[in-house]
Amino acid sequence: MADVRILTGNEAAALGVKLCRPNVVAAYPITPQSQLAEILSRYVEGGEMRAEYVRVEGEHSALTVCISASTVGARTFTATSSNGLLYMHEQLHWAAGSRLPVVMCVVNRGVGAPWSIFNDQQDSLAQRDTGWIQLYCRDNQEIIDTIIQAYWIAESLYIPVMVCYDGFVLSHTMMPVDIPDAEEVRGFLPPYKAHTLLTPEAPRTINSVLFPWRRLNPEGVLCDGYMEMRYKLQAAMTRAHGVIRKANDDFAGVFGRDHGGLVWKYRCEDAELVFSGMGSIANEATVAADLLREEGIPAGVAGVRTYRPFPREEAAEALRGAKALVVLQKGLSYGYEGCLTSDLKAALYGTPLLIPVVDVVAGLGGRDVKAREIAGAGRDAWKDLQAGKLENRSLWLNCYTGEDHAG
Amino acid sequence: MQDNLFKINETEYILPGSRACQGCGLTLAYRHMLKALRENTVLTIPASCLCVLHGLYPITPVTVPYLNTTFASTAASASGIAAGLRALNKTDITVVAMAGDGSTYDMGIQALSGAAERTTDFIYVCYDNEGYMNTGTQRSSATPMGAITTTTPILTKEHSKKDFVRIMEAHDLPYLATTSPAYPIDLYEKFVKAKRIKGTRYMHIYSPCPPGWMFPAKDTVRMGQLAVETGIVVLFEIEDGKFRFTGRSKTMAERGKKQPIINYVGKQGRFRKMSIEQLNRLQAWVDSRWNDYLRKAEG
Repeated sequence: MADVRILTGNEAAALGVKLCRPNVVAAYPITPQSQLAEILSRYVEGGEMRAEYVRVEGEHSALTVCISASTVGARTFTATSSNGLLYMHEQLHWAAGSRLPVVMCVVNRGVGAPWSIFNDQQDSLAQRDTGWIQLYCRDNQEIIDTIIQAYWIAESLYIPVMVCYDGFVLSHTMMPVDIPDAEEVRGFLPPYKAHTLLTPEAPRTINSVLFPWRRLNPEGVLCDGYMEMRYKLQAAMTRAHGVIRKANDDFAGVFGRDHGGLVWKYRCEDAELVFSGMGSIANEATVAADLLREEGIPAGVAGVRTYRPFPREEAAEALRGAKALVVLQKGLSYGYEGCLTSDLKAALYGTPLLIPVVDVVAGLGGRDVKAREIAGAGRDAWKDLQAGKLENRSLWLNCYTGEDHAG
Repeated sequence: MQDNLFKINETEYILPGSRACQGCGLTLAYRHMLKALRENTVLTIPASCLCVLHGLYPITPVTVPYLNTTFASTAASASGIAAGLRALNKTDITVVAMAGDGSTYDMGIQALSGAAERTTDFIYVCYDNEGYMNTGTQRSSATPMGAITTTTPILTKEHSKKDFVRIMEAHDLPYLATTSPAYPIDLYEKFVKAKRIKGTRYMHIYSPCPPGWMFPAKDTVRMGQLAVETGIVVLFEIEDGKFRFTGRSKTMAERGKKQPIINYVGKQGRFRKMSIEQLNRLQAWVDSRWNDYLRKAEG
């Protein structure tokens, strides 16, 4: 008998975390993550979840607690948003460099200054190069399911995972969610085994200073230098593609839901105009694709679920029949273009797909993006494509950019 | 584990060959501290002189397990270790966070205050060598007034040393103590006591630093003794709110005399640009604190 409840994204996330039975939770409140931290407190104080909950004095400490607890063998969880994530930045590198399978929900929110409590994805996009796996969720069902998969992925690879979902758009919006069975989750997700334990039973030094070169230990074994350790992280990230796919497929086998491991596709097979994006805006694009299909425009969506490690091959494969690509994104690399645009263009490099790419920055700081507006951007691109004049271009959707800039 | 005349554990936890400087006060203190804490101890340490002492991967002279953490996060790291161990029912391990004055007085104060407020079960050790010595003797908020550092090279440090121990006292800890490597038995006994107590324990080690303070490496113990004998460093403990002088400071309090501060500052190159006015201010600062402690000891 399925257990379907009407839940906000944060409620779904909290239930997902509880199902994964972390030993240690550390969190610091920030809008729009707060509700998640509150529900987990209730679980722990009410005895529904057996975990140590460390109510830290800041996000830097929240992630530090997870890192250190993970080092003594605990499964850990934290969650944050926006400036809280930026405050963790140093520890993001530390977690990945330590190869610790911390799982964190990032409830995506715009970054100050100026202040915005509303959604975009600049916070997690700015952490792209910290060595974390980043998974982006489309809806509340995907949030709960992805958290369970995230632990499986993190603990298979010893790489921390961010489960990213849009603030308010998902975190505070209710939708039906099928709650996975606790026993089935127990079967899917084996207990955490640390690769290097901090324990008096086997004293060792963890993360000590390294010379630039490899070095012999007292037994005469040549040990890794800094660069070898960094290479291993990159190699594990490359291996992660297969692991993320397997997590998705195995999860689908047990629970009957397939969210697309790396890239998900919607009406993509015969699509000539393809939208791409991550999270809820990509979901919105599926409605836009339907609208355009009604007008006879062969539109589809190739949504990116796994942003790091970037699914180069799967992305190129999803775009195989495309004649134009419209990338919707809630974050950019200032001075260049939307982060996802750059990555998708790079994925097409070396393939025969030299199609025009429209870089659409949208929804920053919670600016509303409707399906018909996404469809409008697609329609404009399609018209120009038919007229033979579509080239790579950038536009800011629903944004006043001045009289002299039509967008 | 044999004991000697002074009942000090004879096991060595720092083997010969550390990367610390000649005459390092920290090393001496650390040796006796580990003897007191014994086995079943885990440490977390930020980037610091102590981190250098611990050596370069994959070789270390230290036999206790330890985790390296970032500069601001030492006490938060101990919180995580303690929470993880508790969650896994490993409650017999002593968790120690140990950092220098830079990462305690300056960058790490937030995490330490937070961990103390949460009554985290760990020992926090600040070894205070009064500056950023590992990075080349820059000024910290623990640097005494009148000292030359590489970031106060001409005018010397204008501000008084932050009274950090008093900040920790305000956290109402079950145990707090000040120590010096010049008095190893006092230090040892305090760590033995700290290990037995639950909750957040704060241990302060005044750690003379020959290169940073500019005195000959052979004089580390003498410099530590002079610090106490002039009253710029006071040996005491506060257990459940009860203040008590210990060791040499106790004797001095009983006899009611201490040496003038010039006997201490005059032997260190870092104070060579100190003005008479600064010297008088420092003496007044030492006297005022000393009188505060005397009042505290009376209860």
